[in-house]
Amino acid sequence: MTADLATDVGGMQLANPVLVASGCFASGAEIDRFYDVTELGAIICKSVTLEPREGLPTPRMAETPSGMLNAIGLQNPGIDRWLAKDLPWLADRGAAVVASIAGTSVDEYRQLARKLRGANGVVGIEVNISCPNVEDRGTVFACRADPAGAAIDAVVRESSVPVFAKLTADVTDIVEIATAVIRAGAAGVSLINTVLGMAIDIDTGRPKLANVVGGLSGPAIRPIAVRAVHQVHQAMPQVPIIGMGGIGGAEDALEFVYAGATAIAVGTGNFVNPFAALDVCRGLGAWLDARGLAGLSELRGTVKLP
Amino acid sequence: MAAPDVAERALPGQFVDVAVDTTNTLLRRPFSIYRTSRQGPWAGTVEFVFDVKGPGTRWLSERDTHDALDIVGPLGSAFPIPQQRVPCLLVGGGYGTAPMFFLAEELRGRGLRVDMIAGARSSDRIFNAIEAKRITASVTFTTDDGSAGEQGQVTDVLEDVARRCGSGVVYACGPMPMLRAVGELAGSLGLPCQVAVEELMGCGVGVCWTCVVPIRQKDGSLKMKRSCLDGPVFNAAKVAWEACT
Repeated sequence: MTADLATDVGGMQLANPVLVASGCFASGAEIDRFYDVTELGAIICKSVTLEPREGLPTPRMAETPSGMLNAIGLQNPGIDRWLAKDLPWLADRGAAVVASIAGTSVDEYRQLARKLRGANGVVGIEVNISCPNVEDRGTVFACRADPAGAAIDAVVRESSVPVFAKLTADVTDIVEIATAVIRAGAAGVSLINTVLGMAIDIDTGRPKLANVVGGLSGPAIRPIAVRAVHQVHQAMPQVPIIGMGGIGGAEDALEFVYAGATAIAVGTGNFVNPFAALDVCRGLGAWLDARGLAGLSELRGTVKLP
Repeated sequence: MAAPDVAERALPGQFVDVAVDTTNTLLRRPFSIYRTSRQGPWAGTVEFVFDVKGPGTRWLSERDTHDALDIVGPLGSAFPIPQQRVPCLLVGGGYGTAPMFFLAEELRGRGLRVDMIAGARSSDRIFNAIEAKRITASVTFTTDDGSAGEQGQVTDVLEDVARRCGSGVVYACGPMPMLRAVGELAGSLGLPCQVAVEELMGCGVGVCWTCVVPIRQKDGSLKMKRSCLDGPVFNAAKVAWEACT
């Protein structure tokens, strides 16, 4: 491979632009049985909260056309245990780690960011302000500009590493939300989180998820994600974007780059193929080499619009 | 299917996660391993058993000899083998009987007595009765409609069979309500019981947190454990059945 995949993502110097999406890679060790996870640009870890959470009851997942719905409920060991156990394993391996934090109040976000200060191995923070699975849908920060900005502001003030806001496309105007989080100091945005959905078992008349509604992921949402990346990139071309949503191969990733993504993340693709993220990484290099391109930056945002 | 690496490493209770190439399904399908062959004419093969229930299993049922399959495995935990020489009672419900054949071979290979209870809806749903008789000291069939063996559930005969065979440990695989009933009955008889759960899975490799089962901890608290990574085999006494949904 001659193409150089090294990428600066909002101040994070990554060996390549292929990341894995939060909640789709656990803490890394599970997939390390299949390949060396330090080959990835970075690992965005499963969101952690201040206190441990056991999550929602089952069924937590329902397969849907070209995708899946999930409502896990942010099951995680809590940030203290994550810092003591999961992070050191990744850091010792030499992995670049993006910590993902989820809170239910601005103060929780502040406390989480404070605990991450100086954590060895953490190259960035992704603020999960758009998880649609927490019980009270009414408090989703990412759906309104002011709360979204307030959460990001709280994290940025405590952090010594670049902060990314993970946004949902379940909004009227994603550019408005993206503008608010960038003004609050975010180094970039992660686009997109799962899309709120629902499926019903017609034999029982019951929802297929115990939580009734859940987040839709997989190829089914890829066009929504590419659209969101495109809209934000057109409005703010200088803002780094980590694009995600239904990426399973290098061709999928390239759509996001054309739309304006600086880096991409593989989410549900890891469930389908444990090697998916590694395949995307190698596939991107091969694709660039075949076209004599030096790197992805030549391609970024170059979609030919009518 | 021929999968020498899987056949070499697989243990009873583990599963393979099979990719299905239908128009719009995404996820792999997990199947308990029914049998592996390490020697002889079938060396390097792995067998699993399935019923056509949806588009994924329909696609699988349409594969031909020599078609390639994309599988990940062996995955998950294995049935622990008793450290003492006790007679083992293997209980299977429906397709949950399949991994019991693999386990029976393993236990027999260690010189342990194996008895089996196999439950099904009706006589035509009993899986491989002849093989079950061949590899066990005794096998008892139950059917919901009484068309073969005893009419009723596996738990209706479990106490009698365990007493008659002097069983020292119970292994079970099948639907969750059956596992709960077997686990509770074994517990009341003072028998240790290991169950392989059938919980809906997403990834099969431990990263999606779909397939969780509530497991009681030493301090009495419940932890949601992944049946693909920490399971599918669990100690029935530690499963918080009342918290299963």
